[in-house]
Amino acid sequence: MSTNFSELIKTGYQTRSTRRKSINVLMLSLTALATLLALIPLFWIVGYVIYMGAPSINLDFFTQLPRPVGMEGGGVLHAIQGTLIVTVLAGLFAVPPGVLAAFYASRYPNTPLGIALRFSTDVLSGVPSIVIGLFTYALMVKPMGHYSGLAGGVALAILMLPTIIRTTEEMLKLVPHSLREGSLGLGAPEWKTSLSVLFPAAFSGIVTGFLLALARAMGETAPLLFTALGNERYNVNQIVTSGLQGKQSAFQILQRVLDQPLDSLPLTLWKYASQPYPERVAQAWGVALVLMIFVLFVNIIARVWIESRARKLRG
Amino acid sequence: MKRTQTLSEISPPPRLRQLFQHGDMPWQIMLVLVSILVLVLMLAIGWMLWQTSVDARSAFGWSFLAPTADASWDPVNDQFQAWPFIYGTLLTSLAAIVLAVPISLGIAIFLAELCPAWLRTPLNWLVELLAAIPSVVYGLWGLFVFLPTVVAPLGAGLATLFEPIPLLGALFTGPIPLSGASRLGAALILTVMIIPTIAAVSRDVLLAIPPAQREASLALGSTEWETIWQVLIPYGLSGILGAIILGLGRALGETMAVTMVIGNSIESSASLLKPGYTMASIIANEFAEAVTKLHSQALIEVGLALFVMTLLLNMLARFLVWRVARKTPQEARV
Repeated sequence: MSTNFSELIKTGYQTRSTRRKSINVLMLSLTALATLLALIPLFWIVGYVIYMGAPSINLDFFTQLPRPVGMEGGGVLHAIQGTLIVTVLAGLFAVPPGVLAAFYASRYPNTPLGIALRFSTDVLSGVPSIVIGLFTYALMVKPMGHYSGLAGGVALAILMLPTIIRTTEEMLKLVPHSLREGSLGLGAPEWKTSLSVLFPAAFSGIVTGFLLALARAMGETAPLLFTALGNERYNVNQIVTSGLQGKQSAFQILQRVLDQPLDSLPLTLWKYASQPYPERVAQAWGVALVLMIFVLFVNIIARVWIESRARKLRG
Repeated sequence: MKRTQTLSEISPPPRLRQLFQHGDMPWQIMLVLVSILVLVLMLAIGWMLWQTSVDARSAFGWSFLAPTADASWDPVNDQFQAWPFIYGTLLTSLAAIVLAVPISLGIAIFLAELCPAWLRTPLNWLVELLAAIPSVVYGLWGLFVFLPTVVAPLGAGLATLFEPIPLLGALFTGPIPLSGASRLGAALILTVMIIPTIAAVSRDVLLAIPPAQREASLALGSTEWETIWQVLIPYGLSGILGAIILGLGRALGETMAVTMVIGNSIESSASLLKPGYTMASIIANEFAEAVTKLHSQALIEVGLALFVMTLLLNMLARFLVWRVARKTPQEARV
C-alpha cells in the first residue's frame, strides 16, 4: 500500500516534471524565435533597398539637379545640399542649449527644476514629429509668411534636443566624482570645473550622442513637410555664384540660402515614391539607399564609440 | 599702503567678485535659464497649437472629437469632424501593440536572460538598428514590397476566416484592396517599428531586477521559464507596462510610414482590411494644401489632440518605469 502510494506520487511527479521541463524548453525557444522574427524585416528591408537602390546610384545622382519629370538621368544634388543645410542648422540650434541643460540636469538632478527638466526632456522625446512640424509652422512659417530652410532647421533642432540632453547627461554622470572634486579642491570655480574638466572628459560621449541625434534628424520627414516644404529648383551653387557676382555680402548670401523652401533627402524620397514615373521611383530607391547607408553608418560608429568610451570611464 | 593699492589694481573690487562668486553666478543663471527654456518649449508646443486652432475649436466644439458613424470631413463646405482619423489611429496602434507585445517580450527575455554573452552585443545592436531605419524607408519598402507580398494575401485570408464570426467580423470585413493598402498594412508596419522600443525598455527593466530574485526562485526548484514568468515579469510588471505604453505613444505619432501604406481614404467602415487615415497621416497629407483657414485650423486641432494623447501616455509610461527604478536598490542593480 505504502509502496504503491509512493510510486503513485513518483509517477505523478515525473509526468509533472517532464511537462514543466518541456514547457520550459518550448517557451525559451519561442523567445529565441521572436528575436529571429524581429530581425527578418531588418534584413529584408536592408537587402531590398540595396538591391533596388544600387542601380540608380552613379556620379550624376550626387552631382546633378533633377531633370523635368519623364526624363531619364539627373540627380538629387538639391536634396543633398538641403539635408546638409537643415541638419547643420539643427545642430547649431540644438547643441548649445542641449549641453547646458544637460550640465544642469547632471549637477542638480534632485532640485525641483532638475526633476522638471528631466521629466520634460522625457516627454519632449515622445512628442510626435508631425506635431513638432505643426508647432514650428505656427511659430515660424506663419509669422514669416513663407516656408524656409531656417524653419526646417528649427523643427529638427526641437526634435534633436531631448536626445542631446539625455546622452550628454548620461556621459557627464559617468565622469568620476574625484575629477570634479579635485578641480574644486584646487580652487577652480564651478563653471571652470564644468567647462575645462567635466566637458573634455565627457566630450567624445557628447559627440556620439550628437551624432545619434543627427542621424535620427537626418532621416525625419514629418517635421519638414510644413517647414522646409521642398523645392526642386533649389541650387546653392547658383545662389552663391550669382551672389558673388552681384557683390552681395556673406550675410545676404546666407540669407538667400536659408530663407527659401528647400528639399531634403527624406522629403524627396516621399515625393518621388508617390509619383507615377518609373525613373522617379527608381531614384526614390536610390535616395533610400543613400539615406539608409548614412544613418546606419553613423549609428554603428556612434555605438562602437559609446561602448568603448563607457568601458574606459567605468575602468 | 602701497602694496594694498597694487593688489586692488590687479584684482577687481572684492564686492563685485563676491557678488559673481568667481563667475559661478552667471554660469548658474545661464544653466537655470536654459533649463527653463526646455520646460517652456514643451508648454509652448501645447499653447501654440491651442492658440492657432481657436476658430476650429469654437466652431465645432467637442463634437469635433466625438465618435460618430457618419463623420464629415468636407473642406469645401467647411465641415470637419475628426472621428475617422481618431478611430484609424486607435485601431492601427492597438492592433500593433497586440502583435508587438509578445514578440518584444520574447526578445527582451532572450536578450536579458538567455542569450549567450558573445551574442548579446550584436543582437542588441541589430534590434536597435531596426529603430534607426528612417520612417520613409519603412514606408517605401512597405508600399512596394510588404503590401503586395504579405499584407494583401494575409488580408484575404483573414477576411475568409473571420468575417462570418458575428462581432469580430466587423473588424475583418473584406475584401482588402488589391494593392494591400489598408489599416492592416499600417498596423503591421507599426508593429515592426515599435518592437525595438518595447524590447529595449523591457530588457532594461529585466536587467534591473536584482539577481537574488532569480537565485531564490531557481533554488526553490523552478524552471527557468517559471522563474521568468512567475517571478521576474511580475516584479518588473509596471516597468514593462511603461515600455508598452511608450511603444503605444510611438505608434500613435508615427507619420510617414503609415501615410504611405494606409491608403488614405475616409472610410466609414470599421474594418482593419479597409484603407483609412490616421491623425498623423491626415495632417501630413492635407496640411500643406489646406484650402481654407478653418481647414488648416481643424488639422492643427487634430495635431493638438494627438499631442495631448501622447503627452498623457508618456507621463504615465515614465511614471511606471520610474517606479521600478525606485523600487530596486542602487547597489543591487549592478
